[in-house]
Amino acid sequence: MERTVTIASGHGLHARPAKLFTQAVAASGHQVTIARPEGKAVNAASILGIIAAGFENGDEVVLNVEGDDAERVLDELSEFLTTDHDEAAG
Amino acid sequence: MIEVRELRGVGVGTGVVVGPVLHVSRQTAAAPTDARSALGADAELARAREALASVSAQLRERAAGADEATRDVLEAQALMTDDPELIASVERHLGSGVTAEKAVADAFGEFAALLADAGEYFAERAADLHDLSDRAVAALQGRSTELVVDPGHPYVLVARDLAPADTAVLDLDRVLAFVTSEGGPTSHTAILARQRGIVAIVGAVGVEGLPDGTQVIVDAERGRVWVDPDAAELADAEARIAARQAAADAPAGPGALADGTPVKLLANVGKPGEAAEAVRLGAEGVGLFRTEFLFLDRLTTAPSVADQQESYREVLAAFPGKRVVVRLLDAGADKPLAFLSPGEEENPALGQRGLRALRASASVLADQLTALAGAQAQTEAELWVMAPMVATVEETAFITRAIHDAGIRTAGVMVEIPSVALIADRVLSRTDFASIGTNDLTQYTMAADRQLGSVAALQDPWHPAVLRLVKEVGAAGAALGKPVGVCGEAAADPLLAVVLTGLGVTSLSMSPTALADVRVSLARHTLDDARAIAEAALAADEAADAREAARAAADTITAGR
Repeated sequence: MERTVTIASGHGLHARPAKLFTQAVAASGHQVTIARPEGKAVNAASILGIIAAGFENGDEVVLNVEGDDAERVLDELSEFLTTDHDEAAG
Repeated sequence: MIEVRELRGVGVGTGVVVGPVLHVSRQTAAAPTDARSALGADAELARAREALASVSAQLRERAAGADEATRDVLEAQALMTDDPELIASVERHLGSGVTAEKAVADAFGEFAALLADAGEYFAERAADLHDLSDRAVAALQGRSTELVVDPGHPYVLVARDLAPADTAVLDLDRVLAFVTSEGGPTSHTAILARQRGIVAIVGAVGVEGLPDGTQVIVDAERGRVWVDPDAAELADAEARIAARQAAADAPAGPGALADGTPVKLLANVGKPGEAAEAVRLGAEGVGLFRTEFLFLDRLTTAPSVADQQESYREVLAAFPGKRVVVRLLDAGADKPLAFLSPGEEENPALGQRGLRALRASASVLADQLTALAGAQAQTEAELWVMAPMVATVEETAFITRAIHDAGIRTAGVMVEIPSVALIADRVLSRTDFASIGTNDLTQYTMAADRQLGSVAALQDPWHPAVLRLVKEVGAAGAALGKPVGVCGEAAADPLLAVVLTGLGVTSLSMSPTALADVRVSLARHTLDDARAIAEAALAADEAADAREAARAAADTITAGR
């Protein structure tokens, strides 16, 4: 099951947001991938893969979740990605 | 051997300490060889998993005892060490018959190369991976990865650079200063020094050559390490340490220059909970209360008037009888909000942000002003309200009227766009005060994106072009008798604070931890001194030259007394 969302964190999916996201993926217990539209899918439980992919604020990404309950996991992870996890800078 | 007397680096803060050098390093791993494994791939994989798990467990253990910022870094590093793709890569490398040591080093190396190619920010993460790789290989080789330091006396810590996993186990109470041979002003060492108020000099090439026990003066203000100082140098250093201590111990009176000219020292506050800390550190009020925190976690709707009013009341209540400058919601660019967002823009920094976005959502503006006026009525603080991203006289007149009409007496505008700095006389004649946001003013003057590492060198508020704009605003404020503040990073730089005052700025707002150093720096100079130092900076061609010229002018004036 797939869904396309836009990343809302001010500094993209690096540092703290990347950490929190991979933790959320691992906690879901599902096989999850994240990719740019038409891009190569990255294991969403891999913090190294996520950081190296360099997803930025405003990027569209495609989430793919396999298995039972995929819809609920997609809802949770989409909500995470569309929330800003970086504090406002001055 | 030529005797080294003086080393140069980048100082963090303005402190001075005297003490003995102690080199701190942990055992590093020996470089793994290409030797074929005698154990077989399965046994090597088990060894690799065990070593990675031990490093990750150690990181998590240190994270548990660390402060919040360090904890985030260490937890991220533990996740990197546990990364499923890293293990997959180790397994691939083991397929060619190498040892676990070699496979682990190559797997980390693969990811580090990927990150190093991706730009400046990622290069720092690549440095993290080298550190993790070294720890894992050392664990495989049976070497300790602990950093053991307890000389039993205070010391000047010397290292190549410090990793978060290292500093988490240090007893920082024993550390007089950090001096590192590598790393820059954004390195982990510098950040930790700033957080903990520890004197530090980073990038001091040559420090690795000093033997343990060497007596040094670490002078962060001048970015110098003096080796084996003579009696006169020691006496000078001790006098400066005593003066700094006396200033820190003295009850923090109102900020002022040496001739008594008042310069209000205010705090930047991002959340209501930060107000108490600002009061404790001697802030005379708040110069910038950012209100975005109330809105940022909201996806579709703005917070209610009642919720907003309660948050504003909390901050205002901490400052009875004192000034609290609240900035209206500054949405857009780096802080997009779904319910205020104008949709896709090619150049959001030049788009519908700040006051422009507020004007497009009249109800958000009206609610915020209503909540602020309500909080004003509940407290004794002197509420000032200002608008971000003002570009014209018409916008100034509009927002000033809106703030006054809400029942708030003092209205102002932020000077972030060069247009309003250039016609500051006309802008200030239509409002009550101006506050210069030096971060954005520099971004727009130099056309250099604040968030883009590749143009970071242009993002320097010392640039004479930026200083000249500050001078325009300062002069207009003086002519019209209107207050002009600065609330960007620039205000926290002790020397630049003097320059800004010389350019006509009447209040400085900064993160509360910077207040003490700025207070001391201002008290050393009269208004005439500050003007002369500002002139020296204005006459320079480049930001670095302006900083040097101001430093030289300040030293000459102080030496002449």
